[in-house]
Amino acid sequence: MTERKLMLGNEAIARGLVENGCAVATSYPGTPASEILGAVAVFQKQNGIPMHTQWAVNEKVAFEIAYAGSMSGLRASVTMKQVGLNVASDPLMSAAYMGTRGGFVIISADDPGPHSSQTEQDSRMMAMMAKIPVLDPDSPAQAKEMIALAYELSEKFEIPVMLRPTTRVCHSRQDIAEKVIAETQNLADFQKDPTRWAATPKFRFQLHTQLEKKLTGMAVYEKTAPICLNPETVGKKALVVSGVAAAHAKEIFSQLDLWETIPVYQVLQPFPLHEKFIAQITDAHEDILVIEETTGVIEMQMANRRHVRGKINSSVPRVGELAPEIIENMIRKFAGIEQIRIESAQVPGRRPTLCAGCPHRASFFAIKKAAPRAIYTSDIGCYTLGINLGAVDTVLCMGAAISQAAGFYHAYKNQAKRPDIVATIGDSTFFHAGLPALIDAVSQNVHFVLVILDNRTTAMTGNQPTPASGLGIGSEPLVAVDIEKLVKGCGMDFVRTADPCQLDTFIPLVREAVVHSRKNGPAVVIARHGCLLDRLHPEPSAGRVKVKITDDCDGCKYCIDHFECPALVFDEENKCVRIDTAQCSDCGVCVHVCPKKAIQPAN
Amino acid sequence: MNSSIQQQIVISGVGGQGVLFVTRLLAEAAIDKGLEVFTSETHGMAQRGGTVLSHLKVGGFASPLIRPMQADGLLALKMENISRHHFFLKKEGWIVVNHPGGDMDDIVNPVYSVNADSLAVKIDDPRAVNLIMLGYAMAAISKTENQNTLFCSIGRIRAVLKNRLAARPKMLEPALDALEAGYTAREV
Repeated sequence: MTERKLMLGNEAIARGLVENGCAVATSYPGTPASEILGAVAVFQKQNGIPMHTQWAVNEKVAFEIAYAGSMSGLRASVTMKQVGLNVASDPLMSAAYMGTRGGFVIISADDPGPHSSQTEQDSRMMAMMAKIPVLDPDSPAQAKEMIALAYELSEKFEIPVMLRPTTRVCHSRQDIAEKVIAETQNLADFQKDPTRWAATPKFRFQLHTQLEKKLTGMAVYEKTAPICLNPETVGKKALVVSGVAAAHAKEIFSQLDLWETIPVYQVLQPFPLHEKFIAQITDAHEDILVIEETTGVIEMQMANRRHVRGKINSSVPRVGELAPEIIENMIRKFAGIEQIRIESAQVPGRRPTLCAGCPHRASFFAIKKAAPRAIYTSDIGCYTLGINLGAVDTVLCMGAAISQAAGFYHAYKNQAKRPDIVATIGDSTFFHAGLPALIDAVSQNVHFVLVILDNRTTAMTGNQPTPASGLGIGSEPLVAVDIEKLVKGCGMDFVRTADPCQLDTFIPLVREAVVHSRKNGPAVVIARHGCLLDRLHPEPSAGRVKVKITDDCDGCKYCIDHFECPALVFDEENKCVRIDTAQCSDCGVCVHVCPKKAIQPAN
Repeated sequence: MNSSIQQQIVISGVGGQGVLFVTRLLAEAAIDKGLEVFTSETHGMAQRGGTVLSHLKVGGFASPLIRPMQADGLLALKMENISRHHFFLKKEGWIVVNHPGGDMDDIVNPVYSVNADSLAVKIDDPRAVNLIMLGYAMAAISKTENQNTLFCSIGRIRAVLKNRLAARPKMLEPALDALEAGYTAREV
């Protein structure tokens, strides 16, 4: 018996990639997909696999690097979260036309809920738009198996294939058997063919025609056809499921003892939906319930929807995650069994907060001090939590802090009273999509302050390196890109770097930047202090300051309301603040926060 | 025998407490016993001090999530999470809770409580609340709840912990101590 290992869905996907000879693997981190590439790198190291594995500056770049691998005849993959696919949508649409040589798998992880995303968008819709097939796994084990299937499909039809796991697949763990990693001897071999790889519109028309032919072929390809899970069962009703909804439904069917009552079809490839399945299901059944996340992709491909219950006729909720209890009640209703009352939490969960000692908290505090009435545009990352400190007014998408700051400046510029504008963006997000916006802001002479929250890492998603780290995914040395030089290279004159945790000097610096922005134009402050959770770059312990609360504390709660550090807790009994030593990181920043000077170094 | 075991346990706390680690130890103990296992975890922004919830399903399940009123037990690393996650429990489901003080009279389920925060301070390892609670749960459930005996023993958890921290001997000793501190707290 092969040894079974506990694997995170994302590790199972990674294992699938290396077991199937993936030679180029790229990604930009994003929840719930972040752990996939890291796990690939671990398997690569453990097994000495000669492959290229890298974090790219953004998803579009990641896609294009991996795609060139496929064009060279190598198996390749690119991994991202669903909103990352928006960024990579430009090469996606075109790569669908040109097709692949080595198998090319696009992993786009969706986040119904959403748990950790701006939207609940369904990547399968992007696959439909691009006209590429998409596979929808129900579990870590199936996700791993589907990598093999995706490569087979990609090479047979010369087309990029999408694997669309959801949060519950990515972030569940299951006992899974590892297969031996076969040695692959593939060599890159790019064959020039300008009518394909550099096609002009005339040839694009031909490529589009070929693409349609490929789709027709895939809609009759046996291996990806929907599976009837209980072929012995006949009935007027039928249940159609895919993704993790299929896993929930299977368990509920066993518990409610429905396997011999209602036929269940599991769709493996929601697009293109198999032709025979579309024709037969509405002929064979009079009442069909389709349960899928997050949009009705399977449902909308059914030609005759008169007998179909699903998202389109609101039989299935269109918004939010399809939790197993919601699915249970839909199945109960469909089977004519009494529904159960769904219990839920009586108390809301704790809201997330920046860690105790997080340098972002110091930056936000300084920004609020220096420009108390400014418009604060911000971005995607841990620092979105600056919202708790009232220092984040807008969060749109990666990089938008800078372009929206410009937009607010232009919106107000003809008015007598113009607000200060302070944008905050993390270092990784700045590299990802902030740079073009900064070039635009310089060229348009936008009066605003940009604070780059440079914690030397991509913190939110698990501390992946940034281009400034000078380290690769396996900690191998790379070339470090200098943020100051980059910013100056964009044409910025006012560029200062400082440690936000030194609040006594950092606040005046931000003030200076604000004054500059009012008079002259854009100003950039690089707030540099390493993330406390980053094991690659541990902060030196020299600067640590143990603090105590003195008797001067009158319980005004200023520190709690305006600094919101989880290590500062209000003692209701004694009506004063105390330090939670289990949480305190000894950053010492709060010493500069208390207006009564009641927080002091302990020594 | 093993094939008949089916257990669903909810483990909850806040970001940074090590809920994921405890879940993982239990899951690996299940695999060691030859049982199938599913866990489901909270990642991303909620890990920054927000409520963190893990589902552990041991035995033949298809879905990674526990439905309301299906869990055999709740291991709460924060007391406030009882009211948040109580709805997952079966009517007779047990609760093991880190209980630094306060009223729990309104709970009808069997409750086993220990002040893991103060125990952690006592053993000079304030971040070990998770392992203390795991040790305590192993003792409380296996010794008291005859019908709900956990799917594995403390010995197996020790073995998994030793295996996981084999490469980090400096962490192993305090981890085993914390597990033990929780386990023996029940005996006193």
